[in-house]
Amino acid sequence: MYAALWRVLPGPVWARIILVLILLVAVLAVLATWVYPWIDGIINNQEATVGGS
Amino acid sequence: MCPQADDLIVIVSKRPRRAQSGKFSVVGVLGELLITAATLVLLFLGWQLWWNDLLMANSQSSAASQISQDWIDSNTLTPELVPSVGSAEPSAVPVAVDYGAPIVADVPAKATAFAVLYVPRFGADYRRTIAEGTGHDVLNSNRLGIGHYTGTQMPGEVGNFAVAAHRSAFGGGMHLINELQLGDAIYVQTADGYYSYRYRDTEYVAPSQVQVLASVPNHPEASAVDRIITLTSCNPLYSTAERIIAYGVLEAWQPLSAGAPAELAPIIAAQG
Repeated sequence: MYAALWRVLPGPVWARIILVLILLVAVLAVLATWVYPWIDGIINNQEATVGGS
Repeated sequence: MCPQADDLIVIVSKRPRRAQSGKFSVVGVLGELLITAATLVLLFLGWQLWWNDLLMANSQSSAASQISQDWIDSNTLTPELVPSVGSAEPSAVPVAVDYGAPIVADVPAKATAFAVLYVPRFGADYRRTIAEGTGHDVLNSNRLGIGHYTGTQMPGEVGNFAVAAHRSAFGGGMHLINELQLGDAIYVQTADGYYSYRYRDTEYVAPSQVQVLASVPNHPEASAVDRIITLTSCNPLYSTAERIIAYGVLEAWQPLSAGAPAELAPIIAAQG
C-alpha cells in the first residue's frame, strides 16, 4: 500500500520525501479540523460531574 | 572466509523479492491498514488531550476575559470612596470595608454565562466562564467550560455554589484542582461584584455521590449557615473513575464599583 504510493510519486528521492511530508501534513490537518471533532462529538466519553448529568 | 564478489551477487539475487509492482500482498496491505488504524487512534488521543485541549483552553480563556471586561466596562456606578482614617498615609493598610451581605443574582437560563472564575493557584492567566447547567453544551463548549449545578446556590448565597469542569481535555478547566492549598483564593466575578472564597479542603468520592452538592456538603438534612463554593472534577487525571471535590468558604464580597480584590486586581488588569 505505502510501497505503491512511493512508486506512484514522481521525481527523485528528495522530491518524493517532500511530497510524502506534504501529504502527511494535509492528512493531519483534515483529521484535526473535521474528522476528530466529529468523532469527539459522537463518543462524548468524558463525564466530569457528580450524579452523571 | 570472505565471500567473493561473485558470491555476493548470487546471494542478493536469490533473496525472495517482495510483491512485484502492481501486485499486492493481502497480508501486507492488511498489516499496513492495521498499523494505520492504530496510529489514527493514538493521534486522536493526542489531539483530544493535548492539541484540542490547548485550543479550547485558549478560546475559553479569551471568552472569559471578554465577558469579565464587558461587566467592568458597563458598570457605570462611581467607585465608592474608601473612608479615610486619620492620616492618609499611602502605605497605610487598606481599611476593610463592609459592603453588607453579598448580592445574590437570580438563576440564569440554561447554558447562560453568569460568572467568571479566577483561581491564582491555577495560573495568573487562568480564567473561565461559569454558565448554568452541567451538560455537554456547557462543559464541552469552547467559550464556556465551567458548569453550575442546577439546584445548587448562586455565588454569595448561603449554602453551596457548586460547579463542575473537565480535569483534562475540553480546555481542562480544573486541570490543577489537586494543587490547591489551604487558604488559596478562589474568586468569582459576576455582573454584580467579586466573591472571594478561600480554599479549605478536598475529598475524593465516587461519581454517584451527589451529597457533595448539598447546601451543607455531605449533610443533606442540615440547614446551611456558611456560604460555600464546591469545585468538582474528574480523578485521577485522564480517568473518570472518581471525582475530586474541592471546597472553599466565602471570605469577602465587594461590588464591581469597588474594584477587584488586591490579589485579583493585577490579573484583571492583565486580561485586557
